[in-house]
Amino acid sequence: MTELPLIGEAPVAAESRLNGARIGVVTFPGTLDDRDAARAVRLAGGTAVALWHADTELADVDAVVIPGGFSYGDYLRAGAISRFAPLMSKIIDAANSDAKLPVLGICNGFQILTESHLLPGSMIKNDHLKFLCRDQVLRVENNTTVWTADYEAGQEILVPLKNQDGQYIADEKTLDALEAEGRVAFRYVGFNPNGSRRDIAGITNAAGNVVGLMPHPEHAVEPGFGPESNAGTDGLGFFTSVLNKIVGGAK
Amino acid sequence: MTTETNKKFNIDTVENAANTPDTELPWAELGLKENEFDEIVKVLGRRPTGAELAMYSVMWSEHCSYKSSKNHLRQFGQKVTEEMKKDMLVGIGENAGVTNLGDGWAVTFKIESHNSPSFVEPYQGAATGIGGIVRDIISMGARPVAVMDPLRFGEIDHPDTARVMHGAVAGIGGYGNSLGLPNIGGEMVFDAVYQGNPLVNALAVGVMRHEDIRLANASGKGNKVVLFGARTGGDGIGGASVLASESFDDTKPSKRPAVQVGDPFAEKVLIECCLELFKGSLVEGIQDLGAAGISCATSELASNGDGGMQVELTDVLLRDPTLTPGEILMSESQERMMAVVTPENVEAFEAVMDKWAVEYAWLGEVTDTGRLIITWDGEVIVDVDPRTVAHDGPVYDRPYARPSWQDALQADAFTGSVQDAGRPSAPSELAAAVTELVASPNMCDKSWITKQYDRYVGGNTAMAFPDDAGVVRVDEKTGLGVALATDANGRYTYLDPYNGAQLALAEAYRNVATSGAVPMAVSDCLNFGSPEDPDVMWQLAESIRGLSDACMELGVPVTGGNVSLYNQTGTTPIHPSPVVAVLGKLDDVARRTPSGWKEDGQAIYLLGTTAAELDGSEWAKLRGHLGGLPPKVDLAAERQLGEILINASRDGMVDAAHDLSEGGLAAALVESSLRHGVGARIALEELLERDGVDLFTALFSESQARAIVSVPRSEEVRFKDMCTARGFAHLRIGVVDAASGSLEINGVETMSLDALREAHEGTLPKYFG
Repeated sequence: MTELPLIGEAPVAAESRLNGARIGVVTFPGTLDDRDAARAVRLAGGTAVALWHADTELADVDAVVIPGGFSYGDYLRAGAISRFAPLMSKIIDAANSDAKLPVLGICNGFQILTESHLLPGSMIKNDHLKFLCRDQVLRVENNTTVWTADYEAGQEILVPLKNQDGQYIADEKTLDALEAEGRVAFRYVGFNPNGSRRDIAGITNAAGNVVGLMPHPEHAVEPGFGPESNAGTDGLGFFTSVLNKIVGGAK
Repeated sequence: MTTETNKKFNIDTVENAANTPDTELPWAELGLKENEFDEIVKVLGRRPTGAELAMYSVMWSEHCSYKSSKNHLRQFGQKVTEEMKKDMLVGIGENAGVTNLGDGWAVTFKIESHNSPSFVEPYQGAATGIGGIVRDIISMGARPVAVMDPLRFGEIDHPDTARVMHGAVAGIGGYGNSLGLPNIGGEMVFDAVYQGNPLVNALAVGVMRHEDIRLANASGKGNKVVLFGARTGGDGIGGASVLASESFDDTKPSKRPAVQVGDPFAEKVLIECCLELFKGSLVEGIQDLGAAGISCATSELASNGDGGMQVELTDVLLRDPTLTPGEILMSESQERMMAVVTPENVEAFEAVMDKWAVEYAWLGEVTDTGRLIITWDGEVIVDVDPRTVAHDGPVYDRPYARPSWQDALQADAFTGSVQDAGRPSAPSELAAAVTELVASPNMCDKSWITKQYDRYVGGNTAMAFPDDAGVVRVDEKTGLGVALATDANGRYTYLDPYNGAQLALAEAYRNVATSGAVPMAVSDCLNFGSPEDPDVMWQLAESIRGLSDACMELGVPVTGGNVSLYNQTGTTPIHPSPVVAVLGKLDDVARRTPSGWKEDGQAIYLLGTTAAELDGSEWAKLRGHLGGLPPKVDLAAERQLGEILINASRDGMVDAAHDLSEGGLAAALVESSLRHGVGARIALEELLERDGVDLFTALFSESQARAIVSVPRSEEVRFKDMCTARGFAHLRIGVVDAASGSLEINGVETMSLDALREAHEGTLPKYFG
């Protein structure tokens, strides 16, 4: 376990009743948005727990966020090395267990989840071949997952997107199955920023506990530090969804 | 090491050097002048060994020793008032200066050049520019929190510009994005003078608690010296190949890139690893390896400390085992750091290295001999006083004189020139002129570049391009933060180096104040041609004199920076380009002032006065003219304007503010309207009468110390009273009109925002895809 190298301390949680829920945030070498994910958990009212990729035991956490970045430099295939971290095998087991540990993969975290086969498909280089940073509109296609329950179905949200390898691909059969089973969790609206098949921005597993997406909800949680339009806090719902689920379930 | 290693090279030991005084050495090929070589012999009392020659040649280079500029740079240390010293915790001379932010926080920032590598190989040149400046920040004990990039390339339509543009932007993005540092601003200027010599400058800013400040010195006899991070390879060796006589092994890799190759992943790991070392107080002194590699790190650490160090060079971990001692000493391989560790902390240090899987090698220890001794398999190949390498290099008083052509240049005003013929005056002509201006390469929207940079990572970016300054939160509890802006106008500085340098400072200062921040400190990157050309040397001397005078008048100290000389193609130098970065403080970043207006009905005020100042302007550039005198500098007015903007931000009197600079009022009005797609109705009649200028001049003049602000109706009286009380010119020139979808200026044909946006945003994609 490592202490997250935070600058200062995040603002105090809004809802203390959610403090009891512990969300782990995994740091790999090259992870970049770990402090941001931890901040998002705290702003949503939960307790963030730092997890280290080399840990051989999963600490006492109720859910896990695998944040964005360039783990191992993305020099091989994004996520391909991280998938073999000792902690990942624990996370894979816990996600597939009866307890269905909630796992959210953001950007590089999504890539790690596909490499781990917790989610189908893969990400390749953006169709325009450049890194792209923009505020992106997404439609919540499935609000029954543990990470999206606080959104309305069909709700459009604005969150930052920033990546180089964000083009979601899968074979037609897989894509058809994802659509048929309602496992497309988010779609790009208005503009497909990377050539992703069927405008897919994020998907869920069948059980709804593992969700991955390329855009960054953890960067839309605090007014003034996220997208300029709307309140800039459209991403907060990911974190409140899982916290409410955890706390509600414990009652 | 085995004796076989030893046999691979003809090792030129100190003993051998003493016994063979007449051996010819390739000092000229290594860039040393005869007098400099003679000085080395005098200092050592014998001829240098090959390894010593390698060290002196890189450390006494212009880049490392500042030998041509040192005499002039002293002014930054001399023209300092008590006010300027108040918040300076570490001044010029360390890896980067440190400024007190209050509440126990300190901030460090620095700007540097990576110009010539970025022309040779734009991607790696620009990438390693970021890498180097970030390591300077880490070396101070700080966590880097943001980067910025001022860029200057050749004409936009020149076939080679796309090569440099694509490479440099991708390199900055590829490296910076992988470090988790938001890119919060910069500049993009196109001008033919930079065609064969683009300017790629990089700025990094970091924050720390006061107690975490680290300095580059090696103290405490018996403390261990460790090199960690990436392995040492043959990249960036440059001139060292002439020392090949050291080697009789002809199987070594022949193609050595002169430009270093970056590994951002290694740098990201190095950042986290160093911060963990600082947190555990595990290092006594630390130095990054940049230009001149191990030569620089060992000599600087030793000369800043108790004075002695002993290092075994065969212990350096190598990527290329065929490297000779001289090459190892000169290698500029990236992502390396050197630290001094007490024996008690060795184990804890190694644990941190192992945790982050960073390679390290213990090379030697600190001594009290006053000598820097480097051995190769036990044999002494370097035995020098480290001060003579690091600090006592040659200093030149280069001759300089006002160029013979300067008077004629200054006499060639734009107004009345051939290029000024047919100046727009009819409403449709003026609208076409505004549209042409905002579509021009230097005034157009730069998001083609900035969208390739991550501005969000870290979660503390409160403002970024295209606003006037980048703003980053430092303390999440209080909202304390910093604002940064960089500016330079090579055209102004070419017309008048003294005033041009002051104008660069004035604009950066104004940008920071426009964001609501209190300007505190300056870092400068002085990009000039050859100091051996008396014309260029005069430009450099005048710019430094101007900048140091202006810093004193504005009360902001220079805390560090960099000089980049020999920026020229053949005998044609670039325009003198002193890029000035200003750092300011915001008590609460929530109070920052953005540049675009949003609220319908808010009053738009123009602060400051407008004179007929078109020489050197963007309009003159569009018409192919460069001559006359740059806009008048009025630092007292800049200071007053700054105070108004800062107070207005603090007291919530303005919702938006945008400084007037290149492109004048026309550019500012268009930018503030397009920022959020909210139009405005503007009437300038009162301004024309008050300032005695025509409508064209009011729109395109680049008079200084001006800004536009949008003021909520409820604050208008208070705002006007404040300006009046301070005796600062202010004029209501219009209102925000959210419904119109256009920018309406009396006397100018109405311009729809859609058409303006198409013009403004279309330029870079048109040329770069």
